[in-house]
Amino acid sequence: MMQEGLDDGPDFLSEEDRGPRAVNVDLQTDATLQVDISDALSERDKVKFTVHTKSTLPNFKQNEFSVVRQHEEFIWLHDSFVENEEYAGYIIPPAPPRPDFDASREKLQKLGEGEGSMTKEEFTKMKQELEAEYLAIFKKTVAMHEVFLCRVAAHPVLRKDLNFHVFLEYNQDLSVRGKNKKEKLEDFFKNVVKSADGVLVAGVKDVDDFFEHEKTFLLEYHNRVKDASAKSDRKIRSHKNAADDINRIASTLYTLGTQDSTDLCKFFLKVSELFEKTRKIEARVAADEDLKLADLLKYYLRESQAAKDLLYRRGRALVDYENANKGLDKARAKNKDVLQAETTQQVCCQKFEKISESAKQELIDFKTRRVAAFRKNLVELAELELKHAKGNLQLLQSCLGVLKGDT
Amino acid sequence: MSEERGSSAQTEEDEDLFVSAMESPEAARLSAEDLSPSSNGPRDDDPDDLFAEATEEVSLDSPERQPILSDGPSPAITPVSISPRVDVFDRSPDLDEEEEENRDTFDIQISVSDPEKVGDGMNAFMVYKVTTKTSLSIFSRDEVCVKRRFSDFLGLHSKLASKYMHMGFIVPPAPEKSIVGMTKVKVGKEDLSSVEFVEKRRSALERYLLRTVKHPALLKDPDVLQFLESSELPRAVSTQALSGAGILRMVNKAADAVNKMTIKMNESDAWFEEKQQQFENLDVQLRKLHVSVESLVCHRKELSVNTALFAKSAAMLGNSEDHTALSRALSQLAEVEEKIEQLHQEQANADFYLISELLGDYVRLITAVRGVFDQRMKTWGKWQDAQLMLQRKREAEAKLQYASKPEKLQQARDEIREWEGKVQHGERDFEQISRNIRREVGQFEKERVKDFRVVIMKYLESLVHSQQQLIKYWEAFLPEAKAIA
Repeated sequence: MMQEGLDDGPDFLSEEDRGPRAVNVDLQTDATLQVDISDALSERDKVKFTVHTKSTLPNFKQNEFSVVRQHEEFIWLHDSFVENEEYAGYIIPPAPPRPDFDASREKLQKLGEGEGSMTKEEFTKMKQELEAEYLAIFKKTVAMHEVFLCRVAAHPVLRKDLNFHVFLEYNQDLSVRGKNKKEKLEDFFKNVVKSADGVLVAGVKDVDDFFEHEKTFLLEYHNRVKDASAKSDRKIRSHKNAADDINRIASTLYTLGTQDSTDLCKFFLKVSELFEKTRKIEARVAADEDLKLADLLKYYLRESQAAKDLLYRRGRALVDYENANKGLDKARAKNKDVLQAETTQQVCCQKFEKISESAKQELIDFKTRRVAAFRKNLVELAELELKHAKGNLQLLQSCLGVLKGDT
Repeated sequence: MSEERGSSAQTEEDEDLFVSAMESPEAARLSAEDLSPSSNGPRDDDPDDLFAEATEEVSLDSPERQPILSDGPSPAITPVSISPRVDVFDRSPDLDEEEEENRDTFDIQISVSDPEKVGDGMNAFMVYKVTTKTSLSIFSRDEVCVKRRFSDFLGLHSKLASKYMHMGFIVPPAPEKSIVGMTKVKVGKEDLSSVEFVEKRRSALERYLLRTVKHPALLKDPDVLQFLESSELPRAVSTQALSGAGILRMVNKAADAVNKMTIKMNESDAWFEEKQQQFENLDVQLRKLHVSVESLVCHRKELSVNTALFAKSAAMLGNSEDHTALSRALSQLAEVEEKIEQLHQEQANADFYLISELLGDYVRLITAVRGVFDQRMKTWGKWQDAQLMLQRKREAEAKLQYASKPEKLQQARDEIREWEGKVQHGERDFEQISRNIRREVGQFEKERVKDFRVVIMKYLESLVHSQQQLIKYWEAFLPEAKAIA
């Protein structure tokens, strides 16, 4: 019965959740092109995002319009950027992760099965919690898809991409099918080759100090962000578990309060009420830490990977350029195919220089964005932690006051 | 009807407690006349003995008390001077209240401290220092220090249980044995878990003694006094039987006996039925709560560990960050998280030592309470059995009237008199235990209310402290985060 409720695809976004969210990145909202996800619908195994665009650019037929897109279509767009040679010199905004409601759904299902074995209050409580968890995951996935689009819209070059415009405007299904097995296998091998290659390329010492520094920095940074992201997830998980325990304790205290024949009955009821409230706050603390810290780290894990990919592409271009130079020297020495070698060398040189130029700017922008995002999120994290701790404190002190007065 | 008590340690003799009157032939011999102070026979827990002395006035500070301590008597046998105490309980309710007031203002402090390992390997054991500070006159000194080991505590509990439980007194249970915990300590593992184990045990032993002396009857018990004051204590034997579980098994035998009763007790007093139900419900809920709290302790400890790991990771991230201000902020974040880890650890300890242990204690206490209710039913059963026996003896006598066997007839008449006495005792015992239980339960509930109130308030205050610290830490961090430029 519960599954049906979800399948009806209720609109989970309240009024306050609409509008540009840009959770993890500090982006300038540019009037010429504004993109956001105004609505989202959750169906059995897919999520439908309503992508809403406002633009004064002449490229579009209207100034304001919306289309419905699914996750696969975002991936298609991302992959089209990656595969485009023209964009080799840019940090491609990382693709949003696949919406994953499996765990949440499983829990809801288990709850439904176990309905008979618990009291009505317990059941309702747990159901509310699981629904809240589902909602939180839902909001997150919406935010991550939105951030991707905003990044693209904010990028001076990518925003002009034709595929992007089609994505925003074409109001039919893009008929983008997910990759089949063969294609997935190809991807896998591509990645293997790329990482092996990446190691070779990384070994090439760069004459340019800036890039040499960035290479060293990004490698270490990426690994550390990965570790911090994993550890913060574990920490938040423990926090949620503790909040769940407090929930159970509150329930049992309530029962004790209703059963006790001594003065303790009022006492237990009051404390039970307190724990109900503080538990909600603890759950909010865990959720906010998740949003402001864990998600931030996850995002920069993906972005730092995208930056590494950029460096890899530049490194690849550098190797090609150096090889072309060697080839030219050889051709000149043998006086054979010199023109061809010269052309190759020129092409490689241009490619390399083009990538280097834009890569430098991209990496500087990356740092600016990163610092701004961390600043915003750390400040908001601290403010929320303070807000919740003060809330908790007030509840505790007021309860203590009442209990002391009762004696 | 008297129970034979040699040493309290032997399980077989524990069985005797619950053997019905009919099965012990020796019981028939003891009658009221035998129970004078001068007789050799009195057994401390023989209810006949105590009630018979009801008219004898002996002050609590009687010098008769001293010989008990200096003679080093066998643990379980406590001479007649106990009776005045019982006498007190026999009096009108007015005096009970006065006594209860005294309970609230009693002045005795007991601490268990300085655990010391004695010996090596599997024969090693921990010795604890027990310090008693008091102004009560039953103690020979204002301050006494003795060294005791865990089995000594178990021995004390076993003696008290065997003496008082069948009278309806709620005897606080001793802490549980733990083979795993102790083995680690014996083997010499100095790690955190053995240290925690010893501290947990020390704390439990202290609570046990405090609860025991809170009970006015137990406070004045010579075994308790000996335990607290005497520098040498005869080694309690056969601690298998003395374990908390052993005593509970003994108590449960009462429950079994009750279940085997052919005539189910007709409860004329709704109070007992009501109370039994309440304690059953309380048992269920406290156990549930205990499980949840233990889970909370576990998760908070986990949270503490994971916060520490995250703190280190954040510090590393800060190190590799090449923007100076952000790098500093991340290091500050790492420091905040480290401090928070400490908070979580402290909170987990509070969860445990305050709430979890309290709940564990009460789960065991309630088992003892329910045991006492079972004892009452046993006592009723004995009374009924005596009545049946009397009836049979009367019938037998009636038959003998026409059989012209004068000695047999006389014997039958003697037996009738004897069983009339037993029926009387049975009824008195039943009324006595019912009275005792009412009073004990009243006191128990009072203590329970106080205990829970005090502990939960302390716990809430620890939560308040945690939040105040959190606020301090984040307030210090906020400007650092804002300073990122």
